[in-house]
Order: sequence, then C-alpha cells, then structure tokens
Amino acid sequence: MLEKALKGSPKYYLWIGFLLLVIAGASSIYIKQLMEGLTITGMSRDVSWGFYISQFTYLVGLAASGVMIVLPYYFHGYKKFKDLVIFGEFMAIGAIVMCMGFIVVDIGQPQRMLNVMLFPTPHSMLFWDMTVLCGYLLLNVLVGWTCLECDRQHLPHPKWTKVLAYVSVIWAFSIHTVTAFLYQGLPGRHYWLTAVLAARFLASAFCSGPAILLLVIMLTQKLTTFKAEAEGVATLAKIITYAMCVNVFFFLCEVFTAFYSSIPGHMNSLTYLFSGFDGHAELVPFMWTAAAFAIISLALLIPPKLRNNLTLLPWSLAILIIATWIDKGLALLIGGFNPTPFETIAPYWPTGKELIVSLMIYALGALVVTVLFKVATDVKQEIGASQKPTAPCESEAA
Amino acid sequence: MNNTRRNFLKFMGLAAAGLCAASAGSALAVTASGPSVKKGEQALKAKHWAMVIDTKKVGTKESIDALAKACHQAHNVPNIPGKQNIKWIWAAGYEEAFDQPNPYMDEGLEKREFPLLCNHCSNPPCVRACPTQATFQRPDGIVAMDYHRCIGCRFCMAACPFGARSFNFMEPRLHLDLTSLNKEFPTRMRGVVEKCNFCVDRLAHGKQPACVEASNGALAFGDLSDANSEVRKLLREHYTIRRKPSLGTEPSVYYII
Amino acid sequence: MKLYNGGKIITGLVIFLGVFLAPFAYNAGKAAYSQPKLKMPETEKECIESKEYMRTNHMKLLNDWRDSALRDGKRVYVNSKGKEFEISLQNTCMKCHTNKAEFCDKCHNDAAVAPYCWDCHIQPEGLKK
Repeated sequence: MLEKALKGSPKYYLWIGFLLLVIAGASSIYIKQLMEGLTITGMSRDVSWGFYISQFTYLVGLAASGVMIVLPYYFHGYKKFKDLVIFGEFMAIGAIVMCMGFIVVDIGQPQRMLNVMLFPTPHSMLFWDMTVLCGYLLLNVLVGWTCLECDRQHLPHPKWTKVLAYVSVIWAFSIHTVTAFLYQGLPGRHYWLTAVLAARFLASAFCSGPAILLLVIMLTQKLTTFKAEAEGVATLAKIITYAMCVNVFFFLCEVFTAFYSSIPGHMNSLTYLFSGFDGHAELVPFMWTAAAFAIISLALLIPPKLRNNLTLLPWSLAILIIATWIDKGLALLIGGFNPTPFETIAPYWPTGKELIVSLMIYALGALVVTVLFKVATDVKQEIGASQKPTAPCESEAA
Repeated sequence: MNNTRRNFLKFMGLAAAGLCAASAGSALAVTASGPSVKKGEQALKAKHWAMVIDTKKVGTKESIDALAKACHQAHNVPNIPGKQNIKWIWAAGYEEAFDQPNPYMDEGLEKREFPLLCNHCSNPPCVRACPTQATFQRPDGIVAMDYHRCIGCRFCMAACPFGARSFNFMEPRLHLDLTSLNKEFPTRMRGVVEKCNFCVDRLAHGKQPACVEASNGALAFGDLSDANSEVRKLLREHYTIRRKPSLGTEPSVYYII
Repeated sequence: MKLYNGGKIITGLVIFLGVFLAPFAYNAGKAAYSQPKLKMPETEKECIESKEYMRTNHMKLLNDWRDSALRDGKRVYVNSKGKEFEISLQNTCMKCHTNKAEFCDKCHNDAAVAPYCWDCHIQPEGLKK
C-alpha cells in the first residue's frame, strides 16, 4: 500500500519536497549539536530539560489521543467513528515518531541510547516510558496497517486486530500516565509533585490531541476526496469540549491547593509563571494568553450552535491547541525547574538552533503523517468509502 | 515448486538457529579460571560514608572556594563561565542552602556561606530515576557515577532535590588547563552528567577526600555505622542539620550550625 | 538469448567493477602491508597477561576492569600468575606504555579503530592545546 505515497498531485510532491528540504537543512544544525554538544541549546545547569522534552511531553498527549476515537468505536460499537479510526491510529504513529525523535535529540550521548534496553531498570520511569512508547507504536502500526490492508482487499478484519485494538486502548492511557509519572515522582520539583499531574496530562491530551487530529482531518477533507461522517466530527468536537473542561478544572484545583494552603513550595512556581518571582516575569504574558485562550476556546465550544459551526470550529480548535501547548509545551518544564532547588530563578528560553532542530523533528512527523494519510485516503478512494458525494450532473466515471 | 522452496527455507532457518545455539552453548561452557579481582588492602572501608561540616570554621566564600579548588583540581572539573557550568562543591548562602527560612536570623548566620555538594543520600531519588543504572548506590553508601554508561538523559538532574548535579553541555576539555591536569584521573566528555563522588578514587588508596584534606579540620569524613568514628563523635556533641530532610532522601552530609 | 537493457547493464557492471577494484589499483606496485612497530616499555618485560592474550582480549579486559573497579569497587587485579595490579587504564597500563601515539595508535590507526576511551581518559604524553 506504501506505493500510494509515491504518486500524487503536484501539490503533494511540492509538500513532500518542502518537508524533505526542511529536514535536510535542519539536520545540519543537529549535526552541529552532535559535534559540539547540547551547549547550543538554551538549557543550563538549573534548567536541565527544555524545549525538546516539553515537545516530547505534548506529543505523547497527541499520540494518546487516538484512543478517544478507538475507545467509542471498539468498546461501544459507535459506528459513526468508523472512517476516523484509521486516521487516529496513523496520527498516533506520527506522534510517537516525533516523541522518539525529540528524545533522541535531547540525550547527551545518543549513540548509547540502547543502554536503556541493554540494562533494563524497572525502578526507573524512563525505562517504562521507552517500553510503552515502543509498544504503542507497534500496536498502532500492526492494527492500523492490517485493518487498512483488509479494507482494501474487501476482507473482514482478523479477530486479533480487535484484541490488539482493545489492548491499545488501555495502552494509550498508560503511555501518558507513565510520562506523567516521570515528573510526578520527583521529590524536589514541587510544580510536578502532585497526584493530579497524571490526570491533568490525560485531560490535556484528550482535548489537544483530538483537536489537532480534527484540524488535520478537516485539511485532509479539503485536499482529497475523503469526507468524514458529519456526526462523527460533531461527537469528536463534543469529546474535545468535555476534555478541555476537565483540563481547566484540574488546573484550577492546583491553583486552589497552592494558594489556599499558602505553602511556598506549591505557590512559587505558579507565582513565577503568572505574576513573576524574584524580579523575573518572562512567562507572564504567555500564561495569561493561555488562560484567556482556554476560556475563549470553551466559550466557543460549549454552546452547540458555535461548536457545530464548521467555519468557526477550526478557529476554536486552534485557540484550544495554543492554550494547551503553552501549558504543556512551555509552562510545564520552565515552571517545573523554577524556582530552582536554591529558591532562585533560572530563566530559560530555547535558542534559535534548538528551535531549528525541533523543526526538523516536527517536519519528520509531518512527513510520516502525510505519507500515512495519503495511503489511507487513496485506499478509501479506491474502495469508494467515505467519499465526497459527486454532483448529480457529473457523469459516472469508470 | 513453492512447497519445496518453502521447506528448504524452513530447513535453512532451523539450521542457522541451531548453529547459533551451538556456538552460544560452547561459549558459555568455557569457564573463567585464573585471574580474579579483589579490593585493595589500603582502601578505606565503611558501611556508610558521611561528612560533617563545621560551618563556622569554613563559613566564608574564600575558604569554600579553596575546598572547591582542591576538589576540581583533583578531578579535572572544568571552569566554565555562565549558566552551563559544572561544579562539584560550591558556596551558597543560608537561603539557598537550607529550607528553614527565618526572617530574623542571627547576624553571623546571615552572612555565612555554606559548602554545598552531593549529599550521597541513603534514599537517593537520582538512583531511582536513572534508566541505565549509570548512577547507582554502592554498598558503602556512596552514590557513584559510571560515565561509561550514562546516556546524558539528565533525568537524575531533574530528580535531585539539591541541585547537586552538573551536565557537560560542551566538551569540558575546552575549559580545562590542559597543562595542569591531574593525570591520575580522567576528564569527562560532553553529554554526561557528573557530580561529587566522595573521592572514591582517593578512598581506594587510603586517602581522605580532597575537600576534607584541604579543609584544615573543618570537614570530617567517616563511617556513620562506626559508633567511635569522628563523624559520630561530632554528631553526638553538636546540633546538626541536613538539607531538605522532609523529602526523606536521608542525606549523608551534616552541617554543624 | 537476448540480454534486455544490455547497454545499461554492461555499463553499470563496468562502473561497479571500476569502483570496487579502485583501492586495489591504487595500491598496485606498493610494498605489502607490514605490521606496525610498536614502542615497547623499557623497564617492564611482562604485561598484565601474555602478549597473545592481550592482543586478542585487551578490550574485553578493559571492559571487565571498568565494571569491577567502578561498579563493584574492586580495584585490584590478580593475574593468572598471581601477580597483583591496580585496576586503572591511566595508572597501570599507561605507566608502562608511556605513549599512546607510539603504542595504542600504531595498530588502531591501521585497523581504522577509534576507541572513545581517550575522550575522557588522559593519555600519558598529555594533551596538546
């Protein structure tokens, strides 16, 4: 089926060529990082994880989000999601590839990365993170590819794909829980040391992930003959709305615990993020933008008339994505490391080179998603499934 | 035709697997005899190494910088300006060192500086975090680093509640005086995390840690499980505090205030 | 029997053979490879183990040494003859083999091997600025 990715419209070739150019160009900066070390990033002794790991965290959320389609379809027979399942699985594959990419560019000795497998360490959450991510990638590749191939051959799906799909639902919850456990078990980082972090991660994943997926599906509908079932899209938008409500609620719970208890350890990171600490207020405009965007996105998503307005929906989703990205892709790491164990502030901002290497990983993910979505839409076109209705006066083409 | 080829391939696969198993078996069958390894006689031994610091005797930045100089010289720690620096032992004020804020402190304490280093905790969160066991706890309590295995993921740096660890963001030899290195100890290379190692290399030769030797008696180093050791004597006679005890990491570095 | 696409195949084969045999052509007429002359230690005549053993096993020995010294805390090696040595690349091996460039590198360069030991361990002749 992969041969379907080799032929396409001129726009398709242009897009693939552009992505390959970006990857090739940015890889020169990555090679510089390999030779000189992570000194080209903005990380420091006090903020030892930065943009790379924060993007990894956000994208694990995107990877887990496929479960919001797979769960209703497989557990509850919600047929309206039938044509979206493959896209959820393929988006998960692209997201996991990006997650692994961000880990690889972040570690200091990448040639030794197999040490995590050669010296398995069950008491380390990173070991389990590696395990569950690899397993989830395998699950999505196996189930997604097999089901699509069977659809193409007009064959019923083998029984084992159903079993593995069930496993992948549980597994999806686990990947983001394990990622949260990376953070929430560290005794010295009070912004992360909260039981609700795993719940926050999942809620944030289940609104931002499907939002990104829905935007990409809407784009796919514009660029191909694929048309998603309208009720399926509407239900997904409902799920996103509920998840965002829970996400905001959990965050407000954190704010309450921090400021009602008045314990400095709990308060200081939030104070730094939202109003500044020790003379440093670098992130304050970002955080209030995120807060405003979160409320605006809910205002645009909760009322059904606005949520079902398909011209407005992409904008509401985009605003939601920006809000959740600032929370997870920026505030989580910088707020976690600040204030430092010495109660000082160590400002962090990614350098240009760091952003270019990140762009390389994002382009790689976009390439994977493009190729996989091209295969999926071409197969659907071939078998005549979920296609845009043709106008009545068009002749029946062969 | 297809069936014969399939059977042939199956047979070849089994044969290859059999050969691999046979050679693996023969390799395992060879027992290692002859050479052996053991601990050196002059090595200092303990069940639980700990340090007691008399902060009155080493309470100025100059005196602590002298300790840092001895330590960094003995272990080829580079001197990097800026925020991607590396330090194994350094000076910090009361607010940075301890989690007992007090708006009305005695003036001596307000001005005093404290030597901060890896606490070699008994319950180390960094060891729990490391995915390759590159940082591990020795039976004598020292939290050691294996730079050969470290992949530079910096999870241990996030886990350490004391900020005791440094990462080699760049090639450390760029910031070392290559003519005055300690040739008996290696440097590190970029991409690994490093920290104080309680001078395991010096202990193996019967010497005290470099900072202890340079401290003129202000730092005491010994076995906590030996009731007659100098550290236990000091702990019996003085009030001591440790950094962030409520986190339960059980630091092995005690400060006499 | 007709060779379809014969022109392309023959051309491709010629190019391939040319590239494949180029190293041999480059070295034609030159002297045969001779093993490098290593600078042996002046004072000591016996290494940790025998010459043959060290030739084949020195990397495995160093790996075992690394683990037993650093991870197990056992820093004394008793060789097959019962003689004791301190487990240390810089302080034992390189005390006798006092120049990395004239000993280690001689064979390693010819074999195109670049072990990363020396990224951290300091060679006895010192580092150039």
